[in-house]
Amino acid sequence: MKQRRSTFILSMLCFGLAFLYVPMILLIIYSFNYSKLVPVWGGFSTRWYTVLFESEEMWAALGLSLRIALVNATFAMILGTLAGIALVRFGRFRGRTLFSGLITAPLVMPEVITGLSLLLFFIALSHLFGWPQRGFTTITIAHITFSLAYVAVIIQSRLSGMGTDLEDAAQDLGARPLRVMFDITLPLLAPGMIAGWLLAFTLSLDDLIIASFVSGPGSNTLPMLIYSRVKVGLRPDINALATIMIVMVTIGVLLACWLMIRQKHLLDRDANTK
Amino acid sequence: MTVANNTNHSVGQAGSRLLSRLVDMLQSHWKVLVVGIPFIWLLLFFLAPFIIVIKISLAESLIASPPYTPLYERAEDGVLTIRVIFENYSYLWEDDLYINSYINSLKIASVSTVLCLLIGYPMAYGITRSSPTTKNILLMLIILPFWTSFLLRVYAWMGLLADQGTINSLLIWLGVIDEPIRMLYSELAVYIGIVYSYLPFMILPLYANMEKLNMSLNEAAADLGAKPTIAFLTVTLPLTVPGIIAGSLLVFIPATGEFVIPDLLGGGNVLMIGRILSDEFNSNSDWPIASAVAIVLLIVLVLPMMLYQRIQARERQNS
Repeated sequence: MKQRRSTFILSMLCFGLAFLYVPMILLIIYSFNYSKLVPVWGGFSTRWYTVLFESEEMWAALGLSLRIALVNATFAMILGTLAGIALVRFGRFRGRTLFSGLITAPLVMPEVITGLSLLLFFIALSHLFGWPQRGFTTITIAHITFSLAYVAVIIQSRLSGMGTDLEDAAQDLGARPLRVMFDITLPLLAPGMIAGWLLAFTLSLDDLIIASFVSGPGSNTLPMLIYSRVKVGLRPDINALATIMIVMVTIGVLLACWLMIRQKHLLDRDANTK
Repeated sequence: MTVANNTNHSVGQAGSRLLSRLVDMLQSHWKVLVVGIPFIWLLLFFLAPFIIVIKISLAESLIASPPYTPLYERAEDGVLTIRVIFENYSYLWEDDLYINSYINSLKIASVSTVLCLLIGYPMAYGITRSSPTTKNILLMLIILPFWTSFLLRVYAWMGLLADQGTINSLLIWLGVIDEPIRMLYSELAVYIGIVYSYLPFMILPLYANMEKLNMSLNEAAADLGAKPTIAFLTVTLPLTVPGIIAGSLLVFIPATGEFVIPDLLGGGNVLMIGRILSDEFNSNSDWPIASAVAIVLLIVLVLPMMLYQRIQARERQNS
């Protein structure tokens, strides 16, 4: 009986993983297809990679997306870290309920609503002040607003996980609160902040809906460009682009895992030698 | 010369005094800054936009710029008139298109959530019970799609489901069918797309929940003679309810407002409210109706959203 159930579990695992990965693998295979019709195999070729690399539109969109993602990740990391520290370490303060509500709301808010409300807000602002111009600025502000919530969640869980022992010790030894913050809390938070930065960077690079609401004429991010091409049908150069992105993400995730495992080994060895 | 020196000196002194006062201020008020900066950001860029949506949803549509009536007008004699109309909301109620889209969105989101649960639960269970190394590899495989582009993963299914796509070609080649089955641009395709995209969101909270479970309870039940099915239904399943709820909400909430999947995989054939909202705004330029659609969607989702926040808060307290 037990055997049968674990066979069931095992086959569900295999089925689920196949479900997740077969489409991506097919996407990669068809990027090397000579034929212009995506699903019809016409022999091996890398011509779609050439088409992709020669597209100036694509490079412009990639450049814009990367610039937005970099600025967004940096600001979101700073604001999210501040918010996380405030929520975990400051106890009760005035407006805390509203503050924590505002932090979690962007996580569950449907993207169409966030996008629509920010666009209407930016239009109202530019009627009143002539600022902001829709494009880089508005997309970046919109991305920071939802990314900071994700960073705050990461920081919160890391902070509540690490306890206050070291901070209390520093304070007992006479360090002023601000010094404790810079010398103890922030260095301990660094891994969480890096994780938050990476997450914010990816979220920004991946966002289509909010960016298409708040962007202006002529400022196409990469997802917006992909969407406008894919909407008409299958495009082999998009397969090539997808392949490049999947390969890069895989390398990144493998690298992160390897670093984590190595760090754990080093810590274990340290613990053993002591 | 001495005069100049003197002023220089006093300027320097004033400067350093200012600096030390600044440091003092920072020492005593830094907490205000830590809370204040993100707080002001969110009030400005999250709460204020939202209030504007509510405001516009209560206005009348105009062919002008901006295309809606102002909420209040100051007449020449200084009398303030406030115009609030609920016509947009009653319009949503009267037009079948909107009601049907809300109902259809909720239906598609619920069915997809159940499908995700049926596939995700055994997977999470399997991951929990594997050896540490296998567990890490499996978790990495579940997380990896998170970091790849959502849009491109939906696009992958366009290639699979198209009339000349992989699935149809395979079935024709195998001789199962003669004519391609129409799968792309149907509700089936939307279900597949949502389950595919949101499956990791179901698996991870379930895994986090099961990981904390004490499996010896299950074994105790077995030792005491409970059949595996009974042990599962009476011991494991009740203990994993928090994970089931968290995972289900993480799938259900975004799936209800989904726009990309019904648009790319459903074409014009699948009504979902996210698409209606975007059409209303972009194609019809009817801002008040689009705003009212957004507010009603939020009202529909407010209960599941609050439930999710409650669970997260309790989770944080427990840890």
